[in-house]
Amino acid sequence: MAPTTVAARPAPSDDKRWRQVDVRMRRLGYRPDGLIEVLHTAQEAFGYLDDEALHYIGDCLGVPPSMVYGVATFYSHFTLEPQGEHTCVVCTGTACYINGAGALVKELEARLGAHPGETTADGKVSVLAARCLGACSMAPAVVVDGEVYGKVGPERLLGILEEL
Amino acid sequence: MTGASGTEGAVARPTRARRQAEPLVPQGPARASAHVCQAAGCLSMGSDTLFAELKERVLASGARDVAVKRVGCLGLCSAGPLVEVPEQGRMFERLDQPGGVPLDELVASLTGGALGGRELGEEPFYSRQVKVVLERSGRVDPEKIEDYVADGGYEALTKAMTTMSPDEVIDEVVKSGLRGRGGAGYPTGLKWRTVAKAAAGPEGKYVVCNADEGDPGAFMDRSVLESCPQQVLEGMAIAAYAVGASRGYVYARAEYPLAVKRLTTAIRQAEREGYLGREVLGTRFDFQVEVRIGAGAFVCGEETALLASIQGGRGTPRPRPPYPATSGLWGCPTLINNVETFANIASLVERSGEAFASIGTERSKGTKVFALTGAVTNTGLIEVPMGLSLREIVFDIGGGLAEGRKFKAVQTGGPSGGCIPEHLLDMTVDYETLSQAGSIMGSGGMIVMDDTSCMVDVARYFMDFCREESCGKCLPCRVGTQEMYLLLNRICSGRAGMVHLARLEELATMVRATSLCGLGQGAPNPVFSTLRYFRDEYMAHIQDQVCPAGVCQIEGVPAVAGTHAGSHGGER
Repeated sequence: MAPTTVAARPAPSDDKRWRQVDVRMRRLGYRPDGLIEVLHTAQEAFGYLDDEALHYIGDCLGVPPSMVYGVATFYSHFTLEPQGEHTCVVCTGTACYINGAGALVKELEARLGAHPGETTADGKVSVLAARCLGACSMAPAVVVDGEVYGKVGPERLLGILEEL
Repeated sequence: MTGASGTEGAVARPTRARRQAEPLVPQGPARASAHVCQAAGCLSMGSDTLFAELKERVLASGARDVAVKRVGCLGLCSAGPLVEVPEQGRMFERLDQPGGVPLDELVASLTGGALGGRELGEEPFYSRQVKVVLERSGRVDPEKIEDYVADGGYEALTKAMTTMSPDEVIDEVVKSGLRGRGGAGYPTGLKWRTVAKAAAGPEGKYVVCNADEGDPGAFMDRSVLESCPQQVLEGMAIAAYAVGASRGYVYARAEYPLAVKRLTTAIRQAEREGYLGREVLGTRFDFQVEVRIGAGAFVCGEETALLASIQGGRGTPRPRPPYPATSGLWGCPTLINNVETFANIASLVERSGEAFASIGTERSKGTKVFALTGAVTNTGLIEVPMGLSLREIVFDIGGGLAEGRKFKAVQTGGPSGGCIPEHLLDMTVDYETLSQAGSIMGSGGMIVMDDTSCMVDVARYFMDFCREESCGKCLPCRVGTQEMYLLLNRICSGRAGMVHLARLEELATMVRATSLCGLGQGAPNPVFSTLRYFRDEYMAHIQDQVCPAGVCQIEGVPAVAGTHAGSHGGER
């Protein structure tokens, strides 16, 4: 069977971010097993994975849509919804849990009206809960826009978010 | 997470920033060197700006025989940012933080003034540890291969490839008695031998490093990768030479962007220096390593699920046999070891299997790295010889609990582990003893709990974790963890009778016996161990509608007089 030459597909639009996705796929030799890596790149570029991206990537790598969708929904890191301007990840690992991570989640629910996995109504902050960030010695830990904050209480967390 | 940088390691950085990050190297031999911790914990306390500031201060002082360098994890994360001055045997804790050591004290110490900080020798946190895996962690710059090589790095690989046959390398690993550090404790040498003996598949053989450290409360692998990625790569290269593999993968979590970045840098440098890639050390042995980043699925720590994920699919496990050692990636023989296991290899080969086996107990050899966290004074990363007692770890190294708090349990082994109560504190830490006590060694998370933790709530916490992380492939795990969670929820809220407890125990036994992989088989363990040691807490919730620790929100359905069971039978 001749290898499918799916490489030369035109990107869905002339958005420059598709280039990052294309470069990644080329480096991986358009192999179907690079699917997760490419989804990572696409999510980094666009912030989330929409139908267009899933279809395009699947076509290029020769992976059927059902499998692309299956993979994208299996892994909790991938999101099919647009994210807020900022992200606030509350670690709910064991050390954080016994040190008050639950109170942080409740505070965010009460003050921002967003449960873990949701974005505030104004689209400003996405609240996420992580299984464990490995920052256990600083429990409870919160990551706001990629920055790790340790030993965070509810008030400090709200302070951090207000400064965004 | 937004911080995940992917494997695109060569993200352009301004050269100015690069230059600023350069360490300060003295012209002659260093009289004193400041080792500034650059692992995630200390970085979040600002140790990178501290590094730049310290360098400026030393330069300004005119001292020319002082080094300032960036190193990996120094261990006591709760007292970060940390700086060690090894020549003076001093550790500077909470540097430049409120209540910590002022920067002036460190600068004075370095430039010939009064010695400051804390003496390492007298601190049980440091003096009770034995470092094999973390030996170089606070000593070498994690982003510079030159530093690793200058410290004796890659000597083990050179020794193995120039003076030993692959079989001799495996013999040495067998003799060492090293067992898998990912949790199950399978003898590493045996696994290597199986892969070595297996006939190569169409694409040869593979070596895979499992860096999908998913247990909540565990960060050993993250620290090892952030502190000394070359040591893991060297271990993998030695393994590849021994089993005859030419390709390797490191499967790392997306939650560890810094570890992934350093690992990617390390691979590029090792390829440049000829320790990885084509024609390793100028021989005909090729070994190419790639990083694969997970995407937040706990089950991918299970080896067959991990392989499915590397191949780009959903990370669901499959029945074994065939074991990956004979049929793994793309059907080829695949050696899978954990980060810490690989990190042990270089020192094992360099010294000898016997030297390695001289540390530890009869059946558990060497050291183990633990992430000590929770309600303990000194939280951080520790490495101790196998066979130390839990009491020594929690109270000597860990410094005991905070003032006025009472010890309740140590949780080891994550969601597949258990809770060990106070009366077993004198037991030794090794694979067999821990499993007799109803827990497991696991990958090395050790969470200390005090009297403010409710053990039923802890069991519910882990069951919540397992039900969410269950991949859904096999029924016992998919449905069983959910049902057990509901039962635990019922107990926590004071709405359960004895019949629910009985059903919980019955389900736990069934799920353990019939699940497809370790996630389901281990999921009931937190329930079993808390029932075994803290049954009174369950009874308090059920019979008295009271949570002794005051954690659970009791809704308290009025107890039906006389019978706690019976009528509640079919209710959910």
